[in-house]
Amino acid sequence: MAHFFTETGLGIFLMVIGQCLLVLVPLLVALAFLLYADRKIWAAVQLRRGPNVVGPFGLMQSFADFAKYLLKEVIVPAGADRTVFFLAPLLAFVFPIIAWSVVPLSDGWVLSNINIAILYIFAVSSLEVYGVIMGGWASNSKYPFLGSLRSAAQMISYEVSLGLIIIGIVISTGSMNLSSIVYAQDTGYGMLGWYWLPHFPMMFLFLISAMAETNRPPFDLPEAESELVAGYQVEYSSTPFLLFMIGEYVAMTLMCALVALLFLGGWLSPIPGLPDGALWMILKIILVFIVFAMTKSVVPRYRYDQLMRIGWKVFLPLSLGWVVLISFLARYEVLDHFWARWDRTAPVIEAQLTPEQETTIASAAPIDAVAEPVVQP
Amino acid sequence: MSVITFTFYLFALATVAGGLFTVIARNPVHSVLWLILSFLSSAGLFVLLGAEFVALLLVIVYVGAVAVLFLFVVMMLDVDFAELRAEMAKYMPLALLIGVVILMQLGLAFGVWGYSEGYQERLAAPAVVEVQNTAALGLLIYDNYILLFQLAGLILLVAMIGAIVLTLRHRVDVKRQNVLQQMYRDPKKALEMRDVKPGQGL
Repeated sequence: MAHFFTETGLGIFLMVIGQCLLVLVPLLVALAFLLYADRKIWAAVQLRRGPNVVGPFGLMQSFADFAKYLLKEVIVPAGADRTVFFLAPLLAFVFPIIAWSVVPLSDGWVLSNINIAILYIFAVSSLEVYGVIMGGWASNSKYPFLGSLRSAAQMISYEVSLGLIIIGIVISTGSMNLSSIVYAQDTGYGMLGWYWLPHFPMMFLFLISAMAETNRPPFDLPEAESELVAGYQVEYSSTPFLLFMIGEYVAMTLMCALVALLFLGGWLSPIPGLPDGALWMILKIILVFIVFAMTKSVVPRYRYDQLMRIGWKVFLPLSLGWVVLISFLARYEVLDHFWARWDRTAPVIEAQLTPEQETTIASAAPIDAVAEPVVQP
Repeated sequence: MSVITFTFYLFALATVAGGLFTVIARNPVHSVLWLILSFLSSAGLFVLLGAEFVALLLVIVYVGAVAVLFLFVVMMLDVDFAELRAEMAKYMPLALLIGVVILMQLGLAFGVWGYSEGYQERLAAPAVVEVQNTAALGLLIYDNYILLFQLAGLILLVAMIGAIVLTLRHRVDVKRQNVLQQMYRDPKKALEMRDVKPGQGL
């Protein structure tokens, strides 16, 4: 039986499908309760009760909503571009979900342990904007179009600072593998060894940028209901709307997981001595999610010019300066291994050249004066 | 047919089809969407070659940023398609001539290409080496090609400054908001707290 699943083509295919489902199904079920938690927290801050009718404490509310979205009629506006109109919610749903394939929940609990995982997540999250733009354009209506234009500008702006903050982490770790990034935070001092301390101000910049990137309040300008009704989603109903909403929440949990992995030590336990494990990772994701939900309920919406201003004039210079600073701190090993943790990434895959490849690289280079590749990072 | 060969043909077909429909699509927005499909499929081809770093750079730079701006501009264009097609018919002979010339040049350039020794083993299979893409590229760029790399960066910087200078203009006839001034306003001067009695009003 083990032979079938590891050797034959069909067996491997079934294994991969099974692993994907193992990530996808708990993620979507968890999402239903995160949605519920989001509404409950929002209600509690506003002294309301929130959803409390369906099931005990209203726990089944999300499933009732789900059934409602599925059973309602799909309405397509008369002037809409039908193909793009239905492609948009699909993209908005698929892109955040495929990013989860590289997120490690615990040591080795990852679908695809690729070396450039963080770059992959960054690439996929930069694609998420297409769902919004295409949805807004294909609706052939004013408010969705305005919302999608806002969204395009906003998401591109905040990707820049997100990317620069990630580069700081990558410089500290010496690897783009998410598991390596977590290993690098395992210093034996518990939560004091995690990256939130060496990269302190950047953690908050990352959180704020993540909120802007996922169109969460206080930066939900693409769907600002006071100005644009519901932005790019105005013309969507039923299942396409549901796909948009699930996509948005999956993108948000992905950002929560990213904060947990990059700054809060992933699956490492906060207190030295306690066992590490997936439970810590899940707790950290929930903690960051609560921060997101609280921010949504206590902070008023930004004005669009203010949003653009802090994106380009505050976050970009700050994160760019931080990359330069981190490069120096890591290069000259200030405070020993506080910023330069290149020695702790060993367990994954080592970057090492064999002698033949070394000569290939050296011979491929026309400038021989400097051709002395430093092999050991 | 192995999985890799199958995937190669899938991505290759998608790339070519994407390129073709980019040209012949009637709606410019559809053109850009096909172009994006073409970009994504070529990223898939890079992954098959084992160049995952280049593949993801292609996705981030071209699909995530450049194509978004394309889409942005194309969506806001108000183009009269009938007029555009009439214009196109006028320039068709010239375009055909240019196309044929380029095709011939490519044929001349690639016609003399031959296969290197042992190419059979390298066909449509990722080069499995024990070195990370990122590390290998970093070693090459920062050790051997540092000058060229810096020069490329400098050119891009100059281009960016040029674009900003060309489009920068200060209009005096619009009312602007000074965000810093707004932020540093004293709430005591802006707000007045009044105790409103029920039933009386102010």
